[in-house]
Amino acid sequence: MPANPFNGFTDFGVGIGLRVPHYQHILSEQPVVSWFEIISENYMIDGGRPLHVLDQILERYQVVQHGVSMYFGSPEPPNREHLKRLKALVKRTQTPWLTDHLCWGSVDGTYSHDLLPMPYTFEAARHTAQKIREVRDFLEIPIAVENVSSYAEFHVSEMTEWEFLTEVVELADCGILLDVNNIYVSSRNHNFNPHDYVNSVPAERVAQIHIAGHSKFEKYILDTHDHPVIDPVWKLYQRAIERTGRTATLLEWDDNIPSFEEVHNEALKANQFVAEIAVAS
Amino acid sequence: MQPLTAGEQMQSRTRDGMSMHEVAAEFIKPNDRLSSFERLEIYNRQYWFRILAALDEDFRGLRAIVGQRRFEALCKAYLVDCPSESFTLRNLGSRLEWWLRSHPEWIQPRATLALDMVRLEWAEIEAFDGAAEPPLVPGDLLASDPDPQFRLQPYLQLLRLRYPVDDLLVAIRKDNSESAMASNAVSQHHRRNRVRKVARQKPQAVYLAVHRLDYSVYFKRIEPEAFTFLSAIRQGKSLSDAAVLAFQRSDVPETKLLGIVQNWFEHWSTLGWFCQSKSANPEFISLSGRQS
Repeated sequence: MPANPFNGFTDFGVGIGLRVPHYQHILSEQPVVSWFEIISENYMIDGGRPLHVLDQILERYQVVQHGVSMYFGSPEPPNREHLKRLKALVKRTQTPWLTDHLCWGSVDGTYSHDLLPMPYTFEAARHTAQKIREVRDFLEIPIAVENVSSYAEFHVSEMTEWEFLTEVVELADCGILLDVNNIYVSSRNHNFNPHDYVNSVPAERVAQIHIAGHSKFEKYILDTHDHPVIDPVWKLYQRAIERTGRTATLLEWDDNIPSFEEVHNEALKANQFVAEIAVAS
Repeated sequence: MQPLTAGEQMQSRTRDGMSMHEVAAEFIKPNDRLSSFERLEIYNRQYWFRILAALDEDFRGLRAIVGQRRFEALCKAYLVDCPSESFTLRNLGSRLEWWLRSHPEWIQPRATLALDMVRLEWAEIEAFDGAAEPPLVPGDLLASDPDPQFRLQPYLQLLRLRYPVDDLLVAIRKDNSESAMASNAVSQHHRRNRVRKVARQKPQAVYLAVHRLDYSVYFKRIEPEAFTFLSAIRQGKSLSDAAVLAFQRSDVPETKLLGIVQNWFEHWSTLGWFCQSKSANPEFISLSGRQS
């Protein structure tokens, strides 16, 4: 049974991000992994080794696509070339759902290659939701949007981040990729209680959860995906799955990437929390 | 977007002289640890670090030729003029050759060498993940079209260079990989010497095919005639027209031409350079149009 209307894939379990340093290990050792998440843009190319590796991975594993440059919150309409390439990749991977970020990052066709925070206004929510709908209609696949970590807040914001996320997904009628590490990072940077966030998002719309590590600096926390998950983030994860039920979970590790086993073992720690909610229920 | 200051801080003034502190304060909230300016600066720094790292990774050869500091300054100037217009950082350097041709001050006095290197490094990117179509099979070569047209694999890149930057790039990469074991100063010294040695050489045409085999990119030197031949095929010429162009100024005896072309075909077909298209039979190639 799906945990919610936007998550028909509760049996996906815990996956990890597919990263280049692990290619050889995965292909030669064929480890048991529930699923891999790929960064769509890395494979929206015409040919060569990345697609060759992906095709081999697809023969053995379930793959879910995660994008970093759709920029649902950017003012311009979706880039047609981007959409066409993305759709071709969706056909190739047969990804059951697709995720990208609730952010902006491009202006008049110029790309920042960053996940920039939105002003939390009703106008921005309407615009973003409309764009999510357009992309979903083109791709013909369920979409879940991810909350980003942020380092700045706007004067013009009319609501909290979690209220904005809720407003967008309700208007777009789409799912949520709930990144509990991002919630933690933003909570420290903006002085809010991260549990308020987790307790407020519409649990029935959470299609996937991200966990990750981050880096702490003197005056702020940076979302670097280069460390193990810290306990406060695991606690947020625990609370999230208490609310959502079993949900596809993925560990992101993008910098200073350790061995495959280390990354996978870190991800599998999530299973203990899944087991706890199973016992509790 | 303005590059960071020498101390890697956000510029304190906009291009038109406005205070960045005031601009940032207008739309970004401060918190108990960071001012509006400082919060915006986090993004500003991440932007520059990210895109400069991407160019640095893609153009190590150019970096070795112009030097680290000049390379960084060059990249900043390039990115101000040519910010990313693609959803992927893969395309960030796509206009670098074009931009350098109109800003040669960044690569003097080794402009020709630097441009050759940029062309090679970009060709390598294109060859790495460019499209591949079903290659010709031997049966295609035996078909009956008397003057067939073939196409080259889209990923295959043909370069006419003035310096042996292929060898230089391989050597630079070897130095870079060895620098993990040796001191950075030693490997920098090696790189400088290698660049100097190549830069001192008299420019001489180098014909190169940048191709892909088993998903790895290789640099393959080819004869000038082969370069002309392949370039003509890429332009859509028929085999006979391409052969005529290839040998019109060559001193290869006419009796040997057919054998040469057949050898090319055999070898290049093995490498998968030709796309499945119309049929071909090198025996039918007419070389009667050759100019003396």
